[in-house]
Amino acid sequence: MEFKENEPIYLQIAAHVCDQILLGKWASEDKIPSVRDLAVTFQVNPNTVMRTYEQLQNQEVIYNKRGIGFFVTPDAVQKVKAQRKERFLQQDLPAFFRNIFLLEIGLEEIQKRYEAYKTENYEQEIEQKP
Amino acid sequence: MIEIENLSFGYSRKSLLFRNLNLKLQEGHIYGLLGKNGAGKSTLLKNMVGLVSPMEGSCQVNGFDSCKRQPAMLENLYFIPEEIYMPSLTAKQFVANTAPFYPFFDEDAFYRYLSEFEVPTHAVFSKMSFGQQKKAIIAFGLATNTSALIMDEPTNGLDIPSKVQFRRIIASALTENRCIIISTHQVRDLDSLIDTLVVVHNREIVLNESLDAISERLTFTTIPESEALQALYAEDALRGKQAILPNVMGNYSKVDMELLFNAITSGNTSVTGILQRPHYEQSL
Repeated sequence: MEFKENEPIYLQIAAHVCDQILLGKWASEDKIPSVRDLAVTFQVNPNTVMRTYEQLQNQEVIYNKRGIGFFVTPDAVQKVKAQRKERFLQQDLPAFFRNIFLLEIGLEEIQKRYEAYKTENYEQEIEQKP
Repeated sequence: MIEIENLSFGYSRKSLLFRNLNLKLQEGHIYGLLGKNGAGKSTLLKNMVGLVSPMEGSCQVNGFDSCKRQPAMLENLYFIPEEIYMPSLTAKQFVANTAPFYPFFDEDAFYRYLSEFEVPTHAVFSKMSFGQQKKAIIAFGLATNTSALIMDEPTNGLDIPSKVQFRRIIASALTENRCIIISTHQVRDLDSLIDTLVVVHNREIVLNESLDAISERLTFTTIPESEALQALYAEDALRGKQAILPNVMGNYSKVDMELLFNAITSGNTSVTGILQRPHYEQSL
């Protein structure tokens, strides 16, 4: 497993866990791999995975049943989405704004392109939505 | 777990390898012991396990003086030296002869590790290749379940797939009451396993710090030649300089163990200075 060098490994593993939850591979109330199993998978120190799980517990994405293991919380998907949205609005959006400001791209053009992008890539999902 | 106090040791009185050396290692961690050739890594490990006796000071494992070699201390400690002697026994015979000394030995785990390492169980150890022998003894050492496991250059002689297996097995073997010490030159082999770095240099322990604490205080990055003056330590790289800077912004960067090691052993005191400074001073 290759890790990025500019982000702590425990956060990269947290992102991996959250991805599994968003993808529905690990559903709510599912038991997730033990600290040891995940450490073996990623070939990292178990203390690193412990730190990941502690953080996800604080964020109420997973919870600990003493002596049994870690489980996905019922509203984990909403929790992960809310956090990622927050991070996007805080970090990525300002950079995006800066770019469109410097390049003088109007919001109307962005809107038009966004609609086109949605129909191109997510047509089926949009139709399914009530 | 392992406590070394004011240790002085040398193979002759005239040239000491260590003078007043202090070191405390705790359970639940994987320590990476680094030092130049001849700095005394292996000798330090030999002091820990009681293969040599300190001239002054003490070295204790689980509260027992190592140099007294009491059974109560030895049964809870396993040492894998860099060069190993393997008898002409099969795995099963080796277990019958050696495992009774280790009350927490787990035979199933031993065979499981052997099969993970792809070491044949029916073959005689002494007839195997060096790499296979090394893996066999690592498998045995892990299966003894001793609270201290000390390995001198364990990845030497291991082929590429074995190194991955080694990392997986070590990751599975660390528990809260186990202390794993690995001396190595191949830091990249063990990159994300080691949680604490210990560096021996000039007869002393110059660093004993968790990687988390190191990355909190130092930034490892590549900078253009023109900014090299701001760096605590810099080495020429393909583009610009590989450098260590104080971590003022609180951003994360992965600890480049080789660069840090070179900085420390080149006599650069600004890097160790920042690492040794207590936390409250840093915020000022």
